[in-house]
Amino acid sequence: MRMTWSKGAAGVVTAVRDVGAVGLGAFPMGMAFGVLVVHSGLAWWWASLFSGLIYAGSLEFLLLSLVLVAAPLTTVAATAFFVNVRHVFYALSFPLDRITGRAGKAYGTFALSDEAWVVTTRTGAASWAGRRILGAQGVVHGYWAGGATLGALAGGLVPAGLGGLDFAVTALFVALALDALRARPELFTPLLALGCALFARFVVPGQLLLVAFALFTAGLLLRHAWRVRA
Amino acid sequence: MPDAPYLLSAVGVAAAVTWALRALPFAVLAPLRSSPAVAYLNSHMPVGVLTILSVYALRDVTPRVPGRVWPTVLALAVTVGLHLWRRNLLLSVLGGTAAHVALVGTVFTG
Repeated sequence: MRMTWSKGAAGVVTAVRDVGAVGLGAFPMGMAFGVLVVHSGLAWWWASLFSGLIYAGSLEFLLLSLVLVAAPLTTVAATAFFVNVRHVFYALSFPLDRITGRAGKAYGTFALSDEAWVVTTRTGAASWAGRRILGAQGVVHGYWAGGATLGALAGGLVPAGLGGLDFAVTALFVALALDALRARPELFTPLLALGCALFARFVVPGQLLLVAFALFTAGLLLRHAWRVRA
Repeated sequence: MPDAPYLLSAVGVAAAVTWALRALPFAVLAPLRSSPAVAYLNSHMPVGVLTILSVYALRDVTPRVPGRVWPTVLALAVTVGLHLWRRNLLLSVLGGTAAHVALVGTVFTG
């Protein structure tokens, strides 16, 4: 028994070390989400439920703003699709073949967040066995859900009238957009997206996300078709 | 305030769509790997999606309510400035949010 315990503890230590600062960043971000949940008027455990079951940071921030205006479930589904469709491409590089067993594969795909993908596809992770990959994923998941729960519990201590906290979502998206722009310095795509978003904002404000995403995707495909012909 | 059944359904839908997007591609992506259109979408989607999400997050800011516009503009400047300077996501988000909270609570209380 003692053997198993120390082995388990060593596994956790390895996982925490493997995940490092990339995953640790999920903790304070989770806390910010938790604070926002209770400040929106929901009970603290909704923060645990959102972060534990959906486990997709930016979508959870967005979902919070959607459910507060009782958005239809079709809008929720469409938003989840467009916000997380980038994960489709993680299948090209995530080492799922090294994870054995149904439960392992199920958790490995469920917990394939941005941070988990970064951690498990780094050069140093190429030799990791399935258990070590799952351990790292579990630690990132724990950071996010734990941070959200703690933030929600502590959120009651932050003055209820504290305005302007919801800016965290805006700042998150703007900073991530800057990162994406730096990874691919080119202005056509962000300008196309900006045009689609502003059009949707002023013409169909009730369906901003859906219309903007659809127009943007259509625009990209048209541009691709045009470039192939040219 | 939304009721619990609605909230649970919303969480369920969001979780199901997210998991499907993460799991199904392992089965179906293989034949698409070579598609140039998919590769093009893959490389161009992120910056566009994040731009759209930024506009969405700012949708309620209108010039008709100046007390909301200025804290937002200034906090955006802090966020972008911090991010270009330190390239630290957490620092930019916390700095921008702190600036916004401070401005809304002090200078622009209207």
